[in-house]
Amino acid sequence: MLKEGKLFFEIYLHFSLLVDLNNDASLLIDIPDALCERDKVKFTVHTKTTLGTFQKPEFSVSRQHEDFIWLHDTLVETEEYAGLIIPPAPPKPDFESPREKMHKLGEGEASMTKEEYAKMKQELEAEYLAVFKKTVQVHEIFLQRLSSHPVFSKDRNFQIFLEYDQDLSVRRKNAKEMFGGFFKNMVKTADEVLISGTKEVDEFFDQEKTFLLDYFSKIKDATSKAEKMTRSHKNVADDYIHVSATLNTILYIPLSIPLSRHLEKLADLFEKLRKVEGRVASDQELKLTELLRYYMRDIQAAKDLLYRRARALADYENANKALDKARLKSKDVAQAQQHQQQCLQKFDTLSESGKKELTSFKGRRVLAFRKNLIEMAELEIKHAKSNMALLQGCVELLKSN
Amino acid sequence: MTGRGAADSLLPAPSFAPSVIQWRSKMAAERDTPPLGSAAAGLADFREPEDGEDLFVSTASTLESSPSSPEPASLQVEDVSANSNGPKTAEILIDDDQDDLFAEATEEVSLDSPEREPILSDGPSPAITPVTPTALISNRIEPKVIGVPSMFERSLDEVEEEAGGDLFDINISVSDPEKVGDGMNAYMAYKVTTKTSLTIFNQSEFSVKRRFSDFLGLHSKLASKYMHIGYIVPPAPEKSIVGMTKVKVGKEDLSSTEFVEKRRSALERYLMRTVKHPTLIQDPDVIQFLESSELPRAVSTQALSGAGILRMVNKAADAVNKMTIKMNESDAWFEEKQQQFENLDQQLRKLHASVEALVCHRKELSVNTASFARSAAMLGNSEDHTALSRALSQLAEVEEKIDQLHQEQAYADFYLFSELLGDYVRLITAVKGVFDQRMKTWSKWQDAQVMLQKKREAEAKLHLANKPDKLQQAKDEIKEWEGKVQQGERDFEQISKTIRKEVGRFEKERVKDFKVVIIKYLESLVHTQQQLIKYWEAFLPEAKAIA
Repeated sequence: MLKEGKLFFEIYLHFSLLVDLNNDASLLIDIPDALCERDKVKFTVHTKTTLGTFQKPEFSVSRQHEDFIWLHDTLVETEEYAGLIIPPAPPKPDFESPREKMHKLGEGEASMTKEEYAKMKQELEAEYLAVFKKTVQVHEIFLQRLSSHPVFSKDRNFQIFLEYDQDLSVRRKNAKEMFGGFFKNMVKTADEVLISGTKEVDEFFDQEKTFLLDYFSKIKDATSKAEKMTRSHKNVADDYIHVSATLNTILYIPLSIPLSRHLEKLADLFEKLRKVEGRVASDQELKLTELLRYYMRDIQAAKDLLYRRARALADYENANKALDKARLKSKDVAQAQQHQQQCLQKFDTLSESGKKELTSFKGRRVLAFRKNLIEMAELEIKHAKSNMALLQGCVELLKSN
Repeated sequence: MTGRGAADSLLPAPSFAPSVIQWRSKMAAERDTPPLGSAAAGLADFREPEDGEDLFVSTASTLESSPSSPEPASLQVEDVSANSNGPKTAEILIDDDQDDLFAEATEEVSLDSPEREPILSDGPSPAITPVTPTALISNRIEPKVIGVPSMFERSLDEVEEEAGGDLFDINISVSDPEKVGDGMNAYMAYKVTTKTSLTIFNQSEFSVKRRFSDFLGLHSKLASKYMHIGYIVPPAPEKSIVGMTKVKVGKEDLSSTEFVEKRRSALERYLMRTVKHPTLIQDPDVIQFLESSELPRAVSTQALSGAGILRMVNKAADAVNKMTIKMNESDAWFEEKQQQFENLDQQLRKLHASVEALVCHRKELSVNTASFARSAAMLGNSEDHTALSRALSQLAEVEEKIDQLHQEQAYADFYLFSELLGDYVRLITAVKGVFDQRMKTWSKWQDAQVMLQKKREAEAKLHLANKPDKLQQAKDEIKEWEGKVQQGERDFEQISKTIRKEVGRFEKERVKDFKVVIIKYLESLVHTQQQLIKYWEAFLPEAKAIA
C-alpha cells in the first residue's frame, strides 16, 4: 500500500497561477509542508510578519481543509466585503482518481510481471504526489491572495486563522449553526436570473455582465476538455510502460543475438519515453488545465460580486418604491427616505469598489495566462527535444548494428 | 499517387503522414469512377493472348472468365486446387460473396489428404511433387514459363542459390482498390504490380487485378503443397465479415476506408513475404498469380462450401490427433525451438494487445485534443482582452494541428507497429503448424512400422497354418509395408531437415524485417516530435506578445 506521510516539495515546480503574490514583506504566508492521513490533509500554515497586529513575528499552525472553507465563508458573509471579489475557496483534496487506479492496479496485479507492476505503482505514486502538490498549492494561493489584498489582509478572522494555535473546529461549528450556509445557497440558485434580469444602466457593468456570463460557460467547457486531453496523454504514457515491460519479458526467451539486442534497445527506449510523456501530461495539466480551472472559479467569484451588486440595486429599487408608497400614504416618510438613502449609498459603494476589483481582476487574469502559456510552450518544446534525442539515439544504435 | 511500389513495400510509403492523407482523397475519387472502366483498362494493359485462358475455361469447366459478370445460381465446380487424388466437386452457395458471410477467421490450410500416394520421384524439388493439376497447368503454358521445368532437374539447393542471388530483386505492390459490382455480390479488386529482374518471370514489370479470395486461394494451394513437408508458408490476411459487408453495402465512411487500406497493406505484406521465400517464389501457382491476367475463382476458400466444411472437419480431427500423439523427441533442437516459439507466441500476443491499446488511446488523444482546440477557440472569441484573445485563438490553432499529428501518429502506431506484431503472431502460428506436421509425419512412420510388424506376424501365422497361396500375398504386403516404413523414415528426416533450414531462414528474415519496420516506426515518432517543436516554437512569440 502507498505510504502516506509527510511529503515535501521541490521548489522549482512552483504554481504560477497568480503573479506578484507574497511579495509584501509585511505579511508573508506559505505552506511548507502537509500531512496526509487517510482522507484528512493537515496543512502547516507558516506566517512571517512585521505587522504589530500579530503577537509574534513568525509562527506556524496546523489547519485542515474545512478551516479554509470556514474562513472563505465568513468573508462571503461579511457585508463590508460585498463590493470585493472574494478569492475562490480551494477545492476539497481529491485523491479519488489515483485511489481508483490503485485499486484497479491491485486487481490486475496477477496479469503483470513484477517489473511492470512496480513501474505502474511508481507512476501511481507520482500521480498521488501530483494531486497532493496541487492541493497544497491551491490552498496556499488562497491565503496569499488574502494577504496581498489591502482589505482582506486586515480581516479579523483571517488573523485568527493564521495565529490561533488551537483547533478551529469549535468556531467552525458555531459559524455553521449561525448561517447554515444560507447565503451561499441563495447565491447559487438566484444569481443567473438576477444578474441577467436586472436592467443595466452603467455601461461598464453592462459589458462586464455580458462578458463574465459568456466567459464563464466557455472557460468551464475548456477546463473539462483540457482535463480529458491530459488524461488521454497519461493513458498513452501508461501504454508505453506495458510495451516496455512486455519487451523485457520477451528478452527472457532465448532469441538470436541481434534480435535480442534490438529488443533490448527498444524496451529501454520505451521506458525512457514514458517518463517524458508522463511529464508532458503533468506539465500540461498544471499549466493549462489547472490555470483554466482556477480562473473558472475566479470568474465565478466575480459573478458573485455582480450578483451582490444586482441585489443591492434591487434593494434600492424596492426602497424607492417603498418611499413613493410612504409619500402617498404620508406615513413613515422619513424612515423610508433614510432607508432609501442607505440602499443608494450601499449600491454606490459596491459599484465603485466593484469596478476597481473587476478591472484589476482582468489585469491579474491576463498576466497569469501569459505566464502559464509561455511556460507551457517552453516545457512542451523542452520535452519534445528530449523525446527526439532519445528516439534518434535509438535509431542510430539500431542502424549501426 | 502512383502505385505503392516502394523498395521496402512491406510498409506504407516512406514519409508516412502526407501519403496517408493523400491516399484518402484518392480513394474518394476512385469511388466515383465506374468500376468496370478501370478494371477493363487494367486488363487491357496486360491482356495477351494466352493459351492458359482456354485451359482455365476447360478444366475449371463452369467458371466464368470475366470477373465482373454475375454468378450462375449454383455450380458444380471441380476443385482444382485441392491436394487430392482426383478432382472433387464442391457446391457453391447462391449468395456467394467472396469475402464471406460466415467467416472462418483463421487461416486455412487444406489438410484434407487421405492416404496420399507418394508422388515423390527421385530427387527433384518439392515444387513439382504435389499436384497433378498444377503440373498440368504448367505444361500447357509451357512456352511462357520455360525456366521452370529445367529447374526441376536440378537439386533444390542449387536452385535456391540462384534464386538467393537475385532474391532481393523483386518488389510487389498492392494498390488501387476499387469496388466491383453492387450490393452483396460486390467485391474489392486490387492491382498487384510486380517489378523484378528474376528470370522466372516473363517481364520485368507487370500488373494484374486480383480480389481477396484470389489471395486466399493462393495461400490455400501453397499451404496444401508445402506445409506438410515442413515449409513455413506465410499466412494470408484474415477475413472479416463486418468490414467487408460495410464496403459492399456502400458505406463510404472513415471506417470502411480504413478497412480497405488495412486490407490492402496486409495483402501487400503477405505477397512480399511469400515471394521472399526462395522455394515459394518458383511455385507455378505463385508465378501464375502474379502474372496471369485471369485466374480461376478460388471457390474452395468459402467457409460453407464443401471444401470449407471438409477443412473444418479435418482441423478438428487434427486437434484431437495432436493431443494423442506423443512423440519421442530424440532431437533436443526441436524440443527447445518448440518451447521457444510457444513462449514467443504468448508474449507477442500480449505485446500486440498493448500496442493495440496504444493505438486506441492515441486516437482518443487526437479526438480530445481536437475537442479542446474548438473549446479554446470559443474561449478566445469570448475573451475581451485583445492580445489574450489572439493568443487563445492561436493556441486553438496549434492544438488543432497537434490533433492531426496525433491522428497520423496513431496510423503509424497501427500500420507499422501493431500490424507488424499481428503478422508475427500469425507467422508463429504457421511455424507451430509446421512443427505439428513433423509430428504427424513421425506418427505416420510409426504407424507404418506397427503395420509392418502386424503383417510379419500375419505371415508367420500363415506359415504355420500352411496356406501357400495366401502366403505370397502376405509376403507382398510385407514388401509393400517395408517400403512404406522406409518412405516414412525418409519423409521424417526430410521434413526435419527442411524445418531446421526454414526456421533458420525464418529467424534471419524476421530480424531483418523487424529492424527495418521498427526503424521506420521510430522515425515516425521522431517526425511527430519535430512537428511539435515547430508548432510550439511558432506559438511562443504569440504568448509573449500578450500585454
